[in-house]
Amino acid sequence: MIDRDRTRPVTALISEFVQDKTWKDGGSAVAGTDAPLGREPRSSPLPSEGSAGAVEPAADGVTAETGWRRGLAESLAFLRRRMTGEYQVDDFGYDADFTDHVVVPPLKLLYEKWFRIETVGMENIPDTGGALLVANHSGTIAVDALMTAVAVREHHPKRRPLRMLGADLVFQTPFMGPIARKMGNTLACNPDAERLLSTGELVAVFPEGFKGVGKPYSQRYRLQRFGRGGFVTAAMRTGVPIIPVSIVGAEEIYPLIGNLKPLARALGFPYFPVTPTFPLLGPLGAIPLPSKWIIEFGEPIPTTGFGDNAADDPMVVFNITARVRETIQQTLYRLLLRRGHPFLG
Amino acid sequence: MAGLIVLVTGVTRVVGSCLAGRLAEHPAVDRVIGVDAALPEPAARARLGAADFARVDIRNPLVARVIEAAGVNTVVHASASSTPASSAARTMAKEMNVLGTMQLLAACQRSESVRNLVVRSTGAVYGASSRDPAIFTEEMSARSVPSGPGRDAIDIEAYVRGFGRRRPDVRIAVPRFAEILGPTVVTPLTRYFGLAPAVPMVLGRDARLQFVHEQDAIGLLEHLALGDFAGTVNAAGDGTMTLAQAIHRAGRIPLPVPPFGLDPLSRVMRTVRLGGFSPNQVKALSAGRVMDTTRLRERAHYTPRFTTIEAFDDFAAHLRPVVTRQVVRGVEVRVAGTLGVQPLPDIRALGPGEPAGSVVDESPADRGAEEAGDGGRPRLVGIDGHAAGAPRRRRIR
Repeated sequence: MIDRDRTRPVTALISEFVQDKTWKDGGSAVAGTDAPLGREPRSSPLPSEGSAGAVEPAADGVTAETGWRRGLAESLAFLRRRMTGEYQVDDFGYDADFTDHVVVPPLKLLYEKWFRIETVGMENIPDTGGALLVANHSGTIAVDALMTAVAVREHHPKRRPLRMLGADLVFQTPFMGPIARKMGNTLACNPDAERLLSTGELVAVFPEGFKGVGKPYSQRYRLQRFGRGGFVTAAMRTGVPIIPVSIVGAEEIYPLIGNLKPLARALGFPYFPVTPTFPLLGPLGAIPLPSKWIIEFGEPIPTTGFGDNAADDPMVVFNITARVRETIQQTLYRLLLRRGHPFLG
Repeated sequence: MAGLIVLVTGVTRVVGSCLAGRLAEHPAVDRVIGVDAALPEPAARARLGAADFARVDIRNPLVARVIEAAGVNTVVHASASSTPASSAARTMAKEMNVLGTMQLLAACQRSESVRNLVVRSTGAVYGASSRDPAIFTEEMSARSVPSGPGRDAIDIEAYVRGFGRRRPDVRIAVPRFAEILGPTVVTPLTRYFGLAPAVPMVLGRDARLQFVHEQDAIGLLEHLALGDFAGTVNAAGDGTMTLAQAIHRAGRIPLPVPPFGLDPLSRVMRTVRLGGFSPNQVKALSAGRVMDTTRLRERAHYTPRFTTIEAFDDFAAHLRPVVTRQVVRGVEVRVAGTLGVQPLPDIRALGPGEPAGSVVDESPADRGAEEAGDGGRPRLVGIDGHAAGAPRRRRIR
């Protein structure tokens, strides 16, 4: 109550759980197995729990904790939910509870303190309904994708989750694959993209792919080829607008000055980066340089009104692809001028 | 279409026997003949109810004579793609699945009377890899031919398609089931989740799984046998859950093991009699699979009563949990006490508009009303012959 800003997400989270019948329900099936003891999980020593029987527990009595104590209690509750499996994932494996509690906090720190990210044009992202965000890709490791997701998740008025489309390598890799899925990302393929867009999700795609992230520092802010325009087809088929996203700052985090191709081939990577600090400094080389970032969300480009079956017309698709690419490229140049020094900004 | 005469295969198993029993009670059905190569055990016999039983191996031409003599017009091949009760029975299962289906289809092709054919298939036909779309629709096919049951199911479906070309007058329905779970069925998967205290899984992987409740599986087979849907349809409960989540919900502890460690671990566990598991099964589970069930709802007009999580919980309710949620909650409260913070309320037990405490079990009156409104929900008979598996709760969405 005292610290409204901090308690808000918790309240939202709790009411979300309460609305979610499956949790309560499924849980009782497990709990009901062994003892009537399980019927009264609130018979714990804390009186506040008993009073929390209302729909919004945070509203009456449980808000005694604030600040770090609240955070601690929340973490414990999160761990408890993990241990009992009381969370839900959607069909794509998106686990909002996990993303909010494990993935976003460190990324947010990186976002705010390390890269000091500034966003422009957040109002171009709709509050509801589907839209396809198309962004440039750079920085040796796809940190730019994570930062874009944090930007939309934390700084959009509706705090919308961003569903990103990734390469199959991401989902093949142990540890990274499951986490990428839990964050709501999925494989970059038309069936998945169209399914997400038609259910009104915000989808982000990085058409440059590995060509963008793995390009040498000397080519920074020069867009690579934009794939085959599959993303345009997906947007056209589902009738959602394309929002060009230009990210400035990611190029400098790991300046790629070399590529150990034989090693990359041996390991099955698309490239093996050599940066001023990696592999020279070993694990220390994994620390990104603290460049100043600006992310601009451009004006939506409509994909409807091209007539029937326009999605199957390569000319229309190429034209829209070129338009999106050109918009991002021009915005990048403009933002670069505005930013000035890459690190001091 | 009065006077259906139905042949059901695989009636020594739970799904086949329940289906035969249910069909036998249906007013539109005149006669049900359950066939299997083995004699049904007392429990299965009890489930068969009013259905007749004929001991016929479907790999034997005798099955053609049964179809002929009884004038069977609807064949439900419920034993196709059924999961073998043990991993050791894999070879046998392949023989039964693929060759049995061939023989049965041959018999059906000869028969003048057969008009409807339902062949049970499995979602394993889609294979599963990180390069596949997240959700499979019926039009998609495996990127690479999967091994094991998936491969058999692909073969079976190919035979069924061939049969369809030769007998275009026969209505063919092929449901592709997700893993079937429930209080009664016994599959390698149910045994896997029954491992205690820890359930091994592949390190660094946590795939999405989908389950279908045994009652939904039986209900769908019945629906397809009596209905007019033709074609392939995915069958799974709503939603998904991850493997680690499932293990936690079963009150067990996930034990992440690197892929190369699965074989030794499996051998050690067998040696010390902790219960065995099939390393291949664990690897297959690490890929996961989710199917789109729009067609099931909109074209086949069947809505599963259990979501994936409900199906799993109904199954898990019959396991003895190692880590109960009371224990977890207790630890949370204790740790919070030690740290001097107040733990958050355990909201799962609370529901909107429901007084605390009433949500765990439904009142008997409720249950009666639900059952009455349900119109003959199948009553499963447990291994011991007593009624079992009446789901503790359900909600129709």
